[in-house]
Amino acid sequence: MNRNMNVAARILGAYAVIYVAYLYVPVLFLPLFSFNDSIYISFPLRGWTLKWYQTMFANEALHRALVNSLKVGMMTALISTILGILGARAVTRYQLPGQKPVVAMIMLPLVVPEIILAMAMLIVILRMGGSLGLVSIAAGHVLICVPFAMVVLMSRFEGFDRSLEEASYDLGENAWWTFWRVTFPNVLPGIVASLLLTFTISFDEFIMAFFLGSTNPTLPVFMWNQLRFPKLLPGVLALGACILIASVFIVLLAEWFRRRNTSETQTGDMTIG
Amino acid sequence: MIRPQFLGGCFDSAGLMNNATSKPLDRLRSSLSRRPALRGYLLLSPTLGLVGALMCIPIMAMAVLSFWQQTGHMDFDMSGTVQNYVEALTRDMYRVLFLRSLGISGLTTLATVVMAFPLAYFIAFYVKRHKMVWIILVTLPFWTSYLLRVFAWKVILGYGGAVNSGLIALGAISEPLTFLMYNPTAVVITLTHAWATVAILPIYVSLEKIDRSMLEAATDLGDSPFIRFFRVTLPLALPGILAASVLIFIPTVGDYVTPSLVGGSDGYMIANVIQFQFGRGSNWPSGAAISLTSMTIVAVLVAVFVWSARRLSGRHS
Repeated sequence: MNRNMNVAARILGAYAVIYVAYLYVPVLFLPLFSFNDSIYISFPLRGWTLKWYQTMFANEALHRALVNSLKVGMMTALISTILGILGARAVTRYQLPGQKPVVAMIMLPLVVPEIILAMAMLIVILRMGGSLGLVSIAAGHVLICVPFAMVVLMSRFEGFDRSLEEASYDLGENAWWTFWRVTFPNVLPGIVASLLLTFTISFDEFIMAFFLGSTNPTLPVFMWNQLRFPKLLPGVLALGACILIASVFIVLLAEWFRRRNTSETQTGDMTIG
Repeated sequence: MIRPQFLGGCFDSAGLMNNATSKPLDRLRSSLSRRPALRGYLLLSPTLGLVGALMCIPIMAMAVLSFWQQTGHMDFDMSGTVQNYVEALTRDMYRVLFLRSLGISGLTTLATVVMAFPLAYFIAFYVKRHKMVWIILVTLPFWTSYLLRVFAWKVILGYGGAVNSGLIALGAISEPLTFLMYNPTAVVITLTHAWATVAILPIYVSLEKIDRSMLEAATDLGDSPFIRFFRVTLPLALPGILAASVLIFIPTVGDYVTPSLVGGSDGYMIANVIQFQFGRGSNWPSGAAISLTSMTIVAVLVAVFVWSARRLSGRHS
């Protein structure tokens, strides 16, 4: 029995290592070729160079796209996190009649194909005489980020001891100050994590930005437009490598905030979609 | 803008409008303190209102538009016709693309779930310490750019890409392999990789929740580890498997990035047609009808799949 367990553990362990390699190795081709001194993305490697990074950083259009993405990302992170706080507070604090279908509706953008959400919003925006731009992109991003903000914040609101709030009431604080002095500090790591994660999603999002944007693109759309020109590909790889590193850094930071003061047993409460 | 509309119903049913004796603000306050559910909904209303304004209203607008006819740039004949739906359901091209989308997504879902299950099982039952590290390791790619993860496969599978140039450099082949890219298989490979991280977490959570004493009981009652897996572990992990399947199947049916980058004309999917109708095709009502038809069919398929899977496992246990 024990020996069987060991064999199973070893096989599964080996599988797990291979699986993680499968997850990461394909993506590593992007940074690999971004340092390759050749305009063609192919083996054998010709030698190391940083010139693709230099040409990329010198590109004015890229700077504008980066600023656009930062603007949209910050708008999205702020709005979706505020809505996430309100929503998470409401569903964890009160027992609402019909809560299940209501929460399911808020989570729906996780599964509906983004192209359909984008086209539906496009119809409304253009029929109402609105214009496309960074605001319409941010609106689309908020829709897909609110479910993530809700999930992150709900686990944080659920995780903290309700009796702290009750103690505050008993000591004479009103609801407003109880929120700011007791609840808010306790859920703050969740709020920071939500801001970081929603920013990352918005920063990397392509479909909404592609269909709801004007000719003034965000970074992923700028990258998409570059893909049509083979001679610009190495620059795209360099840009992609930078974006990957930035995302990884932000997400690890978010995870660190999210796990603060919570026990390891709560690891499974994050549902992603 | 949305709030008063939405809350109107709640206020009416709360009897707020009938209480004419006190000031409005006091009435609101007393009503709120008496009804926590109302307070909860008031708190939830901005979030709900936004989802309503950005999703529900646009989808309804799409439904209305789908019964119109395009007569010019942003000009529509609004008299109402089901012609768009008739076309969406009967034109061969749409049927081929839709069936192909279903096939690609079905294979992708199957592959991701089958590949993710052993890993989730390993983390749930065999990793004793540093579970968090494993979870973060396998979920981290999810948060990185989808576009880049798909683009990586273009770099790998392309005509002059990593696989072809690598094999040529090694002398294994003399001509680049053309079957690697621009076909449905390339789309399935790319999607399977891009959605891999989505499958692990729901399955892991459902495995982690399994009461270990149930497994011990099965062993004590004489089940071999193999039988125990199929009689206890797998049925109890079913909610996670179903959640993972739904979370992958529905969005991938409508995926646009992957077929556009690695699919080629043989790998086009339904999203490419939707994009075409709203773009160069300039037939928005048709695009709306195709969107809604395909989503409805997918929703029905998923409902049937989940229902029958639950029934089947219910009968077993």
